[in-house]
Amino acid sequence: MLRLPRLDYLRPRSIAEATELAAKNPGAMFIAGGTDLVPNLKRRQFDATALISLNVLPDTRRIEGDASRGVTIGAGATLDELAQHEALAGPFRALGQACGSVSTPQVRTMGTLGGNLLVDPRCNYYNQTYSWRKAVGFCLKKDGDICLVARSSPRCWAVSSSDSAPAALALNAEVTLQGMEGTRRLAAAALYRDDGIAYTTKRADEVITAVHLPASRGRMTSAYWKLRRRPAFDFPILGVAVAITWDEGAVRAARGALGAVGSHPVDITSFLAPLQGTRPTEDLITEVAQAADKPSRPLDNTDLSHYWRKRMTKVYIERALRDACGFEPLAGRLTAQVRGGAR
Amino acid sequence: MPIADRVAVRLRVNGEEMAVMVAPYKTLLEVLREDLGLTGTKHGCELGECSTCGVLVDGRPYLSCLAMPLDLEGREITTVEGMAHGSDPDPLQVAFAELGAAQCGYCTPAMLLTARALLDRDPHPTRDAIKEALSGVLCRCTGYLKIFEAVELAASRGRRHG
Ligand SMILES: Cc1cc2nc3c(=O)[nH]c(=O)nc-3n(C[C@H](O)[C@H](O)[C@H](O)COP(=O)(O)OP(=O)(O)OC[C@H]3O[C@@H](n4cnc5c(N)ncnc54)[C@H](O)[C@@H]3O)c2cc1C
Ligand code: SF4
Ligand code: FES
Ligand code: FES
Repeated sequence: MLRLPRLDYLRPRSIAEATELAAKNPGAMFIAGGTDLVPNLKRRQFDATALISLNVLPDTRRIEGDASRGVTIGAGATLDELAQHEALAGPFRALGQACGSVSTPQVRTMGTLGGNLLVDPRCNYYNQTYSWRKAVGFCLKKDGDICLVARSSPRCWAVSSSDSAPAALALNAEVTLQGMEGTRRLAAAALYRDDGIAYTTKRADEVITAVHLPASRGRMTSAYWKLRRRPAFDFPILGVAVAITWDEGAVRAARGALGAVGSHPVDITSFLAPLQGTRPTEDLITEVAQAADKPSRPLDNTDLSHYWRKRMTKVYIERALRDACGFEPLAGRLTAQVRGGAR
Repeated sequence: MPIADRVAVRLRVNGEEMAVMVAPYKTLLEVLREDLGLTGTKHGCELGECSTCGVLVDGRPYLSCLAMPLDLEGREITTVEGMAHGSDPDPLQVAFAELGAAQCGYCTPAMLLTARALLDRDPHPTRDAIKEALSGVLCRCTGYLKIFEAVELAASRGRRHG
């Protein structure tokens, strides 16, 4: 049996108690669904002296509001609930799709949105058992002093692998954190740092309590497209989320973000600016998609080749944009160029 | 603060209340197999990647290799040992046996329970709904076809106790 290390399991009854326990127990970690944390801890990818359960707190999974008022989601809501929730079926569909695309039905029943936003960035040299890593040689992220992917690199390039993170950025979501120093609310993008190890700005004692999706001015459409080897199981090796607000058939604003192409979710909103004010044609979408893959710089540290993941970035941006603009997603020019390849 | 060797946990497994002293860092899989002697629940990857350890919690498929028992107090846990009613097997068990939907049998407990959860929610699922519901449970032997057919056969016969 692959077992967890010896640790304490603490069950606070309120968020205030949870943050206090975290402050009092250095090295302790919060656990929600445990679907990211437990496998990683079994492989000793990090150490934890204690786990502080967020699963017996009251009222952590409430989903409130609608598209016209904005939606607030308790961080403990499960991916499965969110994938099926009507509040995420209309304008906020990208987040519903992202949650529904995570792994298996089992993992979605257990995994939460809060935990999904904080998935530990992944790497082929890191998401391995202790004995595997010992045999190959430890790396910067745990127990070692070099990066095995980019040997001269002073930093870790582990890959941000959350499906919901790019959707949260595209939907302009905000996140509420509660810690010893009080409550703060920040833009989803500000939750992340471009670093494979210190990947979040969240402090150790802070609990994510809620995710807020702001109401859009006018009509909004959104979409999430995900590349992976096995659709029934796998983490994204590329995720594209876009959200478009409309003004009588013309684009008022377009936002977008990429997942799994760097150590944080990458904002591509500025690359979508040429859409603004237009009634997007298929040609324009292709043109925009072709340029918007610029910030995608995958390295050879996750599944499939990084050349392919780079090549597919513009294809998936095209699909997501076509989807959000009401065109058949798979009928674009960039898709035609890779036809016969992986979908 | 020293780490507790064992803590008391009250679990409701297959309709029975059980109080056990367990190490706080043991997963539900370890507690079921090692402390409660319920070895019908199998261990595969132990990392969430195969679902062979699947059980039901409040009727929903759960991975016991990732679930922490201390969070499951007050919840209803069902393992494959709880599927039959006395000597009366679940219709899914009958159909799996009749159609040869189990070969080595290693994935079978999780397949049965996952299919049970599906049929309880949707008594007459489409083939696609069956595929989706079982998509997380890996089987190395059957090629899945006989499993899908067995679920359909059980569905066509309905639930034994109405
Ligand atoms: C086989 C398999 C496939 C997977 N595939 C995918 C995939 O395709 N896409 C994907 O995005 N993920 C995937 N995952 C990872 C994981 O299942 C999901 O990301 C899930 O949503 C994590 O949520 P959780 O509640 O289980 O988090 P946990 O594992 O409990 O926690 C994850 C991290 O978040 C922290 N945390 C959790 N909740 C809070 C909170 N409210 N406040 C502060 N900190 C918190 C924990 O301390 C920990 O650091 C996969 C996992 C497995 C095992
Ligand atoms: S990117 Fe480099 S340092 Fe980071 S986990 Fe991979 S090998 Fe280790
Ligand atoms: S043993 Fe639990 S998922 Fe593989
Ligand atoms: S019957 Fe052997 S793994 Fe499914």
